[in-house]
Formats: sequence, C-alpha cells, structure tokens
Amino acid sequence: MGGTSAKHAESGLHHAHEPTSFWTKYVFSQDHKVIAIQYTVTALLVGAVGLVFSWLIRLQLGFPGSVSIVQPDSYLQFMTQHGMIMVIYLLTALLLGGFGNYLIPLMIGTRDMAFPFLNMLSYWTYFVSVILLFAAFFVAGGASGAGWTLYPPQSVLEGASPGAGWGVRLLLLSIAVFVASGTMGSLNYITTVLQLRTQGMTLMRLPLSVWGIFVGAVLALLAFPALFVGGVMLLLDSLFGTSFFIPIVNVFGQQLGREGGNPLLFQHLFWYFGHPEVYIVILPAMGLVSDILANHARKPIFGYRAMVWALLAIGGISFVVWAHHMFVSGMNPYFGFWFAAATVVIAIPSAVKTYNWLLTLWRGNLRFPTPMLFAIGFVSTFVAGGLTGLFLGNVIADVPLHDTYFVVGHFHLVMGVSAIFAILAGIYHWFPKAVGRMYNETLGKVHFWVTFVGAYLIFFPMYWMGFMGLPRRYFSFAAVETLPPSVQGLNVLMTVAALAVGAAQLLFVFNMIWSALRGKRAEGNPWGATTLEWQTPTTPPPHGNWGPELPVVHRWAYDYSLPGAPRDFVPQTEPEPQPAAAAKAAKAAKSEPQPEEGSGA
Amino acid sequence: MSAPVLADADAKPNLKSQGPAIPPPLRWNGRGGDGDGRGFSPSHGALPFPTAKLGLWLFLAAATMLFALVGSAYLVRMGLPDWEHLPKPGILWVNTLWLLLGSLALEVARRAARAREVATARGAWILGGAFALLFVVGQLLAWGRLAAWGYFLATNPASSFFYLLTALHGLHVLGGLLVWGRATVRMFRAWEPAAPLRIELAATYWHFLLGVWAAMLGLFWLT
Repeated sequence: MGGTSAKHAESGLHHAHEPTSFWTKYVFSQDHKVIAIQYTVTALLVGAVGLVFSWLIRLQLGFPGSVSIVQPDSYLQFMTQHGMIMVIYLLTALLLGGFGNYLIPLMIGTRDMAFPFLNMLSYWTYFVSVILLFAAFFVAGGASGAGWTLYPPQSVLEGASPGAGWGVRLLLLSIAVFVASGTMGSLNYITTVLQLRTQGMTLMRLPLSVWGIFVGAVLALLAFPALFVGGVMLLLDSLFGTSFFIPIVNVFGQQLGREGGNPLLFQHLFWYFGHPEVYIVILPAMGLVSDILANHARKPIFGYRAMVWALLAIGGISFVVWAHHMFVSGMNPYFGFWFAAATVVIAIPSAVKTYNWLLTLWRGNLRFPTPMLFAIGFVSTFVAGGLTGLFLGNVIADVPLHDTYFVVGHFHLVMGVSAIFAILAGIYHWFPKAVGRMYNETLGKVHFWVTFVGAYLIFFPMYWMGFMGLPRRYFSFAAVETLPPSVQGLNVLMTVAALAVGAAQLLFVFNMIWSALRGKRAEGNPWGATTLEWQTPTTPPPHGNWGPELPVVHRWAYDYSLPGAPRDFVPQTEPEPQPAAAAKAAKAAKSEPQPEEGSGA
Repeated sequence: MSAPVLADADAKPNLKSQGPAIPPPLRWNGRGGDGDGRGFSPSHGALPFPTAKLGLWLFLAAATMLFALVGSAYLVRMGLPDWEHLPKPGILWVNTLWLLLGSLALEVARRAARAREVATARGAWILGGAFALLFVVGQLLAWGRLAAWGYFLATNPASSFFYLLTALHGLHVLGGLLVWGRATVRMFRAWEPAAPLRIELAATYWHFLLGVWAAMLGLFWLT
C-alpha cells in the first residue's frame, strides 16, 4: 500500500511539475514537443551536410575537375553518403521523429506520447547513429562509396569500393542503431494514436497528418527489421569473413577465402526494407500536405474516407513491390511479372490521393502563404515524379532505363523533392504554433519560388538525359562518345540551378532563426484551422499541452466554410448543434457562441 | 492469503486487513499519455487492454519480422551448393527444457498474480528468471561445444547462421532478463497494482521467445 501511494506520488510529480533543470528541460527532455524540435534541428543539420555533398556532385558534373577534393573515389563517397543521409537521416528522422512527435499528441488531444522515456531514448539513439555516420568519414579509407544501397560484394571487399573497410562497417553499425531508434519511435507513435485519443476523437475524425504518420510508423516498425538483418549479416561478412552474401570471388587470379554466398539475398533484404521506406517517407508527407491544402483552400478535404483507405492500401501494397528495384539484378525473370503488376496497382491509390488534392483545391477560397505554395509544389512534383514510376515499374521499360539518369530524375522528384516540399510546408505551417512567432512571408515566398523552379530545372532534364542513355553514378562522361554536346550544356544549367536552390535554403535558415527571435508575435490560431493543436490554451503549447482539462472533440477535422457557420472554420472542439434544431441553428448562426481563439476547454 | 501479506517486507507488522494490503490488479491503461497512465488522460475509444500491452505486442511484431527475415534468408542460403550439415550439440535439448520451464514458471506467476496469491507469484517469478538465466548459460556452453568441434562463425554458412540466430535470440533473452531484474527489485520492495500486469507482459515475452526458439530448433534440425 505504501508502495502504491509512493508510485502515485512519483508519477504525479512526473507530470504535474514541469521539469525545471536545464538538462531535463532541453537536453534529456521527455516532452514530445522538445523531442520533436531536437529531431527536426538535428535532421536539418545532417541534411545540410547532404546538401553540400550534392553541390560537390553537381559541380563535378557541370564543371568537371573544378573542385579538387572531388576525385573518382570521393565522388562515389559523396554520392553514397548524400543518398544515405537524405533518405534515412533526414527524411525519415524528420517526418516521423520531428512531425510525428510534434503533431500526434497535439492533434489527438493528449498530453504526451504513450512512452515518454522511450521517446527520449529514441532521439538519443538517433543522435548516436548520426555520430557513427559521421565518424565513418574520419577512418582510414573514408566513408563508404558503394552507393546508398551498399550492394555486396563491392561494398565490403577491400579495394572494390572506397571505404570498404571501417567506412562501411561504421555505416552499417550506424544503420543498426538507427533501426533501434526508429523501432522505439514507431512503436510509440502507433501506441499513442491507438490508445490516447481524447474523448470524441474517433479514428475517422483524425486529421490526415496523423493518419499518414500512423501508417508510416506501421511500415517503419515492420520494414526496418529487414534493413537491420541485411546490415548485420553484411557487417559479419565484412568483419568476420562469413559468407552470407559474398560469393566466390577471384581478385587478380587469387580466390578469396569465401564460398557461395548470395549477393541477391542482400538485395532482397535491402529492398524489402527499401521500398516501404519510400512510403515511410511519403505517407506522412501526404498527410501533412492534405491538412495544409484543406486549410488554405478553406474547404473540407475531398474524399476523406478515400484518403484514409488510400493511405492504408498504399501501405499494404508497399510490402509486395520491392523487387521492382531488381529487374536488372539477374533474379528469376518470372518474378518480374508479379512485381510489375503490383507496382502498377499501387498507382491507383496514389492517383486517388492526387485527384482528391486537386478536387480539394477546385473552386476553393484559395490563399497562398508559403506553406500552401510548398504544399501545391508537393502535388506538382509528386505527379511529375510519380508518373515516370509507371515507366520504371514495367520490366521492359525499366531494363534500358534502369542505370540511367531517368531513374535519378524519377526518385528525386517523387520522394526527394516532394518529401522536402512537404517538410518545408509543414515547418512554415506549424512554425507559428511551435515558436509563437510568425515567419517572414516575403523571404518564404522567395525561398519557395527559387526552390520550386530550381528543383524542376535540376531534375526534369534528367528524364531526357536518361532517354539519351546517360548512365548514372559516373564520375566523368569524357569517355562516353555517343552523347550529344547538349548534355554538357544541360549539366551546366542543372549545376547552376542546384547552387541557387542550395543558396535559397540559407534564406530559409535565416528566416527561421530571425523569426524565432524577432518575428511578429503569432496568435494561437493564425490560419483559422480546425484541428486541436491550434486550440491550445497558450502558444507555444505548455508542458502537458492542455492545461487542466483535455479538449473534447465533437466533429471531424475539416469543417471549413460550413454553410451557416459564423466563421469559415469550425474547430473540432465545437459541439454539434442539436439534430432537431440543426436546420434552424444553421440559419440563426448567432445562437452559436463565438469562442475566442484557444477555446480548447 | 494472509501469509504472503505478512511476508511482504513493506507491510506494517500490525496490519491485519488483507484487502487494501494487496491492491487489486491494474486492469486498464498500464501507462498513459502522462507518462504513467494513471488516469491523467482517460483513453476514449482505446483498445480494450492496457497501453503497455499494446506496446509489447508491437515490439513482438517487429521482433517476429526480424526472426522471420533471418529465417527466410536461412532457407534461401540453404539452397546454395556450398551448404553443409552442422552437427548440433545435445545440450540444446537441455536448454530447450530450461526455456520451457521458464515460460511455465512465468505462466504460473501470471495466474497467481491475477488471483492475488503474492507469495506464489513472487516465487514463480524468480524461477522464471532463473530458468532463463540457465538457458543463456546453456547456450554459451553449446557455443563452446561447437567451437571445440572446430565450427566457428565463419567456418561454413550453416555455422554462421547458427551463431547469428542463437546470438539474436540470446540477446532478446538477455534484454528480457534486464527488464526482469528491474521489475524484481520493484516487486520485492512493494506489491504495486501494476505488478500483475508486469508479470503478464513478462510471461508473454517469455512465451514469445520460447516460440521463436522452437521455430529455430525446427530450422536447425530439418536442415
């Protein structure tokens, strides 16, 4: 009994009293909002390194030999690390760890994650994985240059690719640690969404952001083990000379001491993770974009239920399409039929989502602040990148295009640029809530237009280059005589665009830092949004989010421009009028009390 | 019923009333959004079992994927021409027995905890951990035996997989033992309302590890 009350006291302490020391408040914090900001800032810093690598790659392609540190080996290293950093350490970490942490508890109306300690552990594990990632740059041989897919045997055989010793080992270790972090995070997000929704927040009243993050987290939970298994087995092959993946290899006439391992096995494991990974990134992005579009179009999202089912369908199908990355790998050709069919099928829910976004915009009362621009930019690049996925999903078109720039253009637009646009839209959109100040709109718009036009200038010509047969991953095209001279001209243009886009990101960083310190004070609900996070008692939301009383939800998240309502949005916390008097109440809108901002309780 | 209460180190010696001394088991909301799940944020429309249980089941889903993927890699690798049969140390059967007994003990503990038979629950709880510890020691002995026969991690693909799978499984057992140790300290300090839930979660995890081990044994012996 004594123990029981002690437990109560301890747990009460945990929540009633906000952590006050610097360490528990800002460093080893268990508050989901602090962890979200930690994730976001770390991921953006890591992403900045990835961005610089892409500059180096582009400089070499546009102006060969202009940067002395870019040599054939280091080119491959920059390319590999750019891919790894962007896909895993930036996009995955930021969309799940950053937005997942910030939005889930606020949007479902709870005080924190289901397992706050695990949440903190998830961030710091991610932090360790980032340290390991960068440590690989400073070992003998440098970081791995085997391509972000790390295909064996070349990724682990000394001399076969740069960084095949400790470079790739540290990277594999970093990945294993990242998987541990991602598992802790995903488990937390899923549990929180299922168990901690506030009163009235049914599953079908959840904002699509929560749905997207939720399905993405389910995919992460089930797909990351494949990366872990492949990574650990590859690490053993590298460290202890096992032969899981390494086949009989002759080097300069000498047979290495390995026997019949199967490199294809690694590819299967890698892509069994790798394809769901695309959706781990893009489903949360789709969720954020859906909410931002509906809000700034002042219209309900078109086809809410279809949007939810499309997310679930994409999530499910994403587990059975992985080998479309392997049509040229030498796997059994009969596999190709199934994987091509499944790939084309996944286009259907993706198209449902795209049409619904367009129909949400259709005849909406559109306004165009920076987040809306980026959200529309997302739809644009998702279509421009996604449609070429239909080409690549078919074996017969993939075979000639697979190792060309066509693929580079495709995945950069559909999951790189699109995901970044969704992230930027999200950061601008929720910045006033997270910081309590407005960002600078002019700087934001300049940032958007340079990034948007620049992204198309960089990646759209790649389709044409791919059709011309320009091979990807090459350090230099000096020896490729079949290429028309226009390819070099385009490469110069793309490099200049890449530098401009990179510079525009500095504008974004400046805008964020300056606005956080000096920006105009933001109201609690500057966008006139319906969802719970905008109804918090103070902005930024306090520790525990809601003050003494949790919000109660009475309606879905998309009551924009409701006929007869006093304003063009009705918060989720607003009670429904009585059914019998519904028609009258709609007419006599004055009977509705007009709550001030932040009428959460 | 009264004896275990008196045996409780924290219980006051004069305390006669049995009811409040052993609080009813926590049936709902094991941990919650406020970090402890003690009703600060009532879960509406939540699944009808404690949040901690859902967390565990999700973890088990990820762990199942992990072992299933290594298992499928095993089956694929087995089909390649350089695969060799690996002799299995007989001690694996003894280890299987330890794991089975550990699982049974925690099942007994789980039922006893639900019935508020604290002494039985505590005793079976300790046995459950001890058997798991024996299993780990036994696995290390099995490794030693294999090494003595000249089979190391990189000797052939079958031995590589054997070491990899047993290591992954063993690490999961050790992780479980870590949590078990932490829970043991709390459980012997005081019998908390959450104790039955903790025991139930541990029992589930032990059963899961037994199931995985059975599947692994099948894989080892059939090949």
